[in-house]
Amino acid sequence: MSRPVRFNIKEKDKNDWGINTVEMPDGHMGEGFFATSLDKVVGLARKNSIWPLPFATSCCGIEFMATMGSHYDLGRFGSERVGFSPRQCDLLMVMGTIAKKMGPIVKQVYLQMAEPRWVIAVGACASSGGIFDTYSVLQGIDQVVPVDVYVPGCPPRPEAIIDGILRIQDLVHNESLRRRNGDQYKGLLESYGIQ
Amino acid sequence: MALTNEFIKSRLTEKFGPSITGMEEPYGMLSVTVPRDLNLKVLNFLFDEPELGFRFLTDLTAVHYPERTGEELCVVYHLHNLVENIRIRLKVYAPVEKPDVYTATGLFSGANWMERETYDFFGINFVGHPNLKRILNVDEMDYFPLRKEFPLEDQTRIDKDDDMFGR
Repeated sequence: MSRPVRFNIKEKDKNDWGINTVEMPDGHMGEGFFATSLDKVVGLARKNSIWPLPFATSCCGIEFMATMGSHYDLGRFGSERVGFSPRQCDLLMVMGTIAKKMGPIVKQVYLQMAEPRWVIAVGACASSGGIFDTYSVLQGIDQVVPVDVYVPGCPPRPEAIIDGILRIQDLVHNESLRRRNGDQYKGLLESYGIQ
Repeated sequence: MALTNEFIKSRLTEKFGPSITGMEEPYGMLSVTVPRDLNLKVLNFLFDEPELGFRFLTDLTAVHYPERTGEELCVVYHLHNLVENIRIRLKVYAPVEKPDVYTATGLFSGANWMERETYDFFGINFVGHPNLKRILNVDEMDYFPLRKEFPLEDQTRIDKDDDMFGR
């Protein structure tokens, strides 16, 4: 009697190593060398190894857990390593309602992250306060920290969160290495009271 | 002998006379109104009397009635006799201009945070409370959000316009 479930019945393609690779940036290539600009290499490396720091306070956090799980698998985009220490992480993901009393904590977590750092506001509450137009809820985390990408939805589906991550990846990929030293960026931080 | 609402009422009127008013029993739960300066005496009486034994403070909160001049704020105590499984509700009215009510922290340690919460949202000044400051809201808040004159929506924001958000 054959087994009801059978495994490994497909012949493997010997040329497919099962490894995800990224496109090579533009550059000059010859025998034994490849030359491109540092911006592109650094952007490529950063883009595909973002360490997210989840700051999950409510239902958007549950959607994020589904996003991290095997079905949607954020690991496909190089972000499977979720760090719970702000000092190690590149991307602050704020998911859920942030009360006004929580605002200073979000800001402190942001300050503890090392440059370069990015912020994604997942869901209506983190982006704008959402349905909680009330005295106790912070009306969008952009009142305390600068935000790079807003993901709409209440809560957003995992596909939407992945889309937000991909937009963050675009930002990371195309960011100039001088941006964080520029006057515009410093002015942005100063407008939030961050040196 | 099972403790009944009639017995509690008779003991209260026997001890405090006509100063206890507004006795009613909505949904079978005895509810009485106590003068502001007698609240601790009544709480102590209900706590200490062996036949009454209301030794558990279930809840302490407040209600704002803007239309009742002179008694706008109502502090509500819910007490529970855990042996007889009988509950009682005490109401103490205070004017909004000077909402001073004596603290129950001497009798119930659990009243400490409940009174801080009531202060936080209604601005009741619990006289004698050891640490009367805000507990749930941000310390910078300069009003008492559950009083009826303050709208629910956050008034400090400028980004949501009234047409789009129905305000």
